[in-house]
Amino acid sequence: MKVSLTVNGETINRDIEPNTLLADFLRDELRLTGTHVGCDTTQCGCCIVHCNGHPIKSCTVFVAQIEGSDVLTIEGLAGSDGQLHPVQEAFRDRHGLQCGFCTPGMVMMGVDIARRFPCADEKTVRRELEGNLCRCTGYQGIVEAIMSASGARIGGH
Amino acid sequence: MGQFGIGQPVRRKEDVRLLTGRGCFTDDIHFAGELHAYFWRSPHAHARIEGISVDSALASPGVRYVFTSRDLIADSVGFLSAEAKFESLAGQPMHKSKRPILAADRVRHVGEPVALVVAETLEQARAAAEAIVVDWADLPAVADCAEALAPGAPTLFDDLGSNVAVHWENAPGDKVDALLAHAARRVTIDIVNNRLVPNPMEPRSAIVNYDAETDVATLYAPTQGVRGVQSGIAAKLNLTHDRLRVVSPDTGGGFGIRGKVYAELVALVWAARKIKAPLKWRSTRSETFLSDYHGRDQVNHATMGFDASGRIVALKVETLLNLGAYMSENGPRMPINGGGRIIPCAYDIENFHLSVKPIYTNTAPTDTYRGAGRPEANFLMERLMDLGAEACGLTRDEIRRRNFIPQTKMPYMTQMNLLIDSGDFVGCLDKALEAADWGGFHGRRAQSEQLGRLRGIGIGSFIEQAGGRPLEEMRVKLDEDGRATIFAGTFSHGQGHETVYSQLVNEFLGIPFEEVAFVQGDTDTAPKNSVGTFGSRSSMMGGVGVKRACAQIIEKGKTIAAHLLQAEPRSVVFEQGRFCVGPASVSLADVARAAADPARLPDGVTPGLDENFVYHRDPEMFNYPNGTHICEVEVDPDLGTVEILRYTAVDDCGVVLNPFIVHGQIQGGVAQGLGQAMIENAVYEKGTAQFLSGSFMDYGMPRAHHLAHVETLFHEVPCKTNEVGVKGAGEAGCCAAPSAFVGAVVDALRPYGVRHLDMPLTPEKIWRAIHNPAS
Repeated sequence: MKVSLTVNGETINRDIEPNTLLADFLRDELRLTGTHVGCDTTQCGCCIVHCNGHPIKSCTVFVAQIEGSDVLTIEGLAGSDGQLHPVQEAFRDRHGLQCGFCTPGMVMMGVDIARRFPCADEKTVRRELEGNLCRCTGYQGIVEAIMSASGARIGGH
Repeated sequence: MGQFGIGQPVRRKEDVRLLTGRGCFTDDIHFAGELHAYFWRSPHAHARIEGISVDSALASPGVRYVFTSRDLIADSVGFLSAEAKFESLAGQPMHKSKRPILAADRVRHVGEPVALVVAETLEQARAAAEAIVVDWADLPAVADCAEALAPGAPTLFDDLGSNVAVHWENAPGDKVDALLAHAARRVTIDIVNNRLVPNPMEPRSAIVNYDAETDVATLYAPTQGVRGVQSGIAAKLNLTHDRLRVVSPDTGGGFGIRGKVYAELVALVWAARKIKAPLKWRSTRSETFLSDYHGRDQVNHATMGFDASGRIVALKVETLLNLGAYMSENGPRMPINGGGRIIPCAYDIENFHLSVKPIYTNTAPTDTYRGAGRPEANFLMERLMDLGAEACGLTRDEIRRRNFIPQTKMPYMTQMNLLIDSGDFVGCLDKALEAADWGGFHGRRAQSEQLGRLRGIGIGSFIEQAGGRPLEEMRVKLDEDGRATIFAGTFSHGQGHETVYSQLVNEFLGIPFEEVAFVQGDTDTAPKNSVGTFGSRSSMMGGVGVKRACAQIIEKGKTIAAHLLQAEPRSVVFEQGRFCVGPASVSLADVARAAADPARLPDGVTPGLDENFVYHRDPEMFNYPNGTHICEVEVDPDLGTVEILRYTAVDDCGVVLNPFIVHGQIQGGVAQGLGQAMIENAVYEKGTAQFLSGSFMDYGMPRAHHLAHVETLFHEVPCKTNEVGVKGAGEAGCCAAPSAFVGAVVDALRPYGVRHLDMPLTPEKIWRAIHNPAS
């Protein structure tokens, strides 16, 4: 079937199998490999991208379901001049990543959390990250990065 | 020491790439013409394969090949077996299983690979696998150590009369038995140290590209050190090393179980060479649950005796280790010399008996998951100390203070012949108690009681043995402009080596941090004696390697500088990046430029500033990270839920190279330790050995809301066994957190007479302990 959607500002037209998952479409068809697949039960969050401004788990969405939508992946977050998004900058500043595998999903989720909760407190951020797993960091750097990006003031290093 | 030197919280070089989706993980890689691999795995825990037919599968759409064990045996592909070697006191050698790459006539655990299907797409391969027909003869299965030891239990290996691979002891136990029998006070504990699935966030993955012209296969896969995997696979396939290149690109976590010679990797390299096409393997998380080695899974029975003043007089530990269906590379090392060897931990105990039985069961094999036996060892000791405090009428901090090895006794030779060089155990304890406001706990407990909640506080002191294998090689090369490239034998899979080693080169050579490049993870460029990263070894093995390679550069540089300055090499001093003779000096960059030009070199000096250092460390010279963690919790008695209110970690990691990164390692280790303590549990069904917790639906992973802020403090006691002064930081957290957490919950449940609870302390378990105090 034919699909048309926007990915990182670019119009994409493709002919695909109806059961093509968005995560596989991004990774294998468009070779945007920044979005990762970490599980098969929609629980790890490594695959999170934005669809029409909201975070979705791309491993559990058919491309066909979002025909015509506007998708933003980790590759499209930084400015075209290379300037990092404030959430990306905050992750770097607070050691919010180690191996980097969960990072794209964490950052995309973080952008959404920071937007919805200005000056977010720790409890809120921890709760909002329920759909994201990290095995390396213990979450602390991630939580601090998102709090910081949302405008909350936290202790320095 | 400048802004980018040792001890500075330098932000990581690795990050921008990983934050913008420009990392390269193995599954990101494609080759033109690639075919797709799918491993068909046993649904049975224990069965004979009486016949296998792959004809229907081969005839399925898109399928090119279906390989089984007979194809590999026909090519003389080797078996997997353990490196470890042990024997009983009577000299009986340990049984070592031989594991075929694909199951031959028998499967021994659910998930054991039986066939490899190769097709044009992954879906086609998966669908075709359903058509494989096996004539199974079911065998009875054993799911845990108790079942495997029961009289009449089915045995996994016909050449072993039972499921016990060996009965290992450190010494005869009669002296310790006698001391325990006469001790003024005695405590006994039975512990089940629960099985865990390591679950790095990157699933198992590999792609092999075979060049038929040169007869070289390149394997891309996440590992923890490429040379070990290269030599292991090459050996199984009867290849010389130059026929197999191994590349680990960005690797999404390892935690001790990714640097292994896995059956799947051997099969994939073998198959790619056979089919002469690129072969891609993408595994699911469920498959990763079955194919990664599992962690922990010990049963301990221990008795500790005290004198009237609360000093320990003797300790006896009997450990059963669940090996799984096959003995892995390290298997019994965990409870013996890799992990159990740290017992009696940081306590001054002169009489110690350790007995270990590694046991085969129809479960996935276990191996070195973060801590590799040291978390189990420390958990056991800390639970005993808490019980001992109660029995001796001492507070939990006081009994530890009385029994810690004092600094005056260091270097201290333990009963297991480990020489502990340094450590201020009392200092760490005191620092932790203060930072956690141990003194104010009773007031806080009263406040919780008013709200109908149970508050508890627990101490998790720990020590662990870091450094691992005593060989490593690091190379530092300067180009003509004085920029450096580090070729590492270690392998960073999240630990930030690119950043930390750049800091070291900045510290030792004065080269700007941004002008240091970093290469790792490719057997084509890895130093010949590369080993890798596990056992918290890189700060010591890699750190010393970089320091000595830099020292060699400075030595050679002095000779060249002397020639340029027309002075004696002896009179040259290297300071702040410059070679000086009195007021005259040349920069390291000047010397590097001269080094590239044979006309400017003194006689007998070869061009270039490019130094390898092979570090042959004394195999018995480890380093001993240690510390005390304190956890404070609140239990809701109606629901059994636990909230962590406060977590304080005081760690002695020796000299801290980058506090930013080391804090991250502590926090990550604590999260894994708390995961084990609160929620993680790999479960096999009794009687059938079916795997019940094979996905994130059934296996609880710690999430951000389970955990709390960890206050990470350092108590630096420089290590005396390496000149960088470092102690490993990677595994400390998971050695301390379980006892701090369990100690806290048990403390909260004291009114109900609870003395111990086995992990994980789920709400159900806690609720039952409260409402059924007899059980």
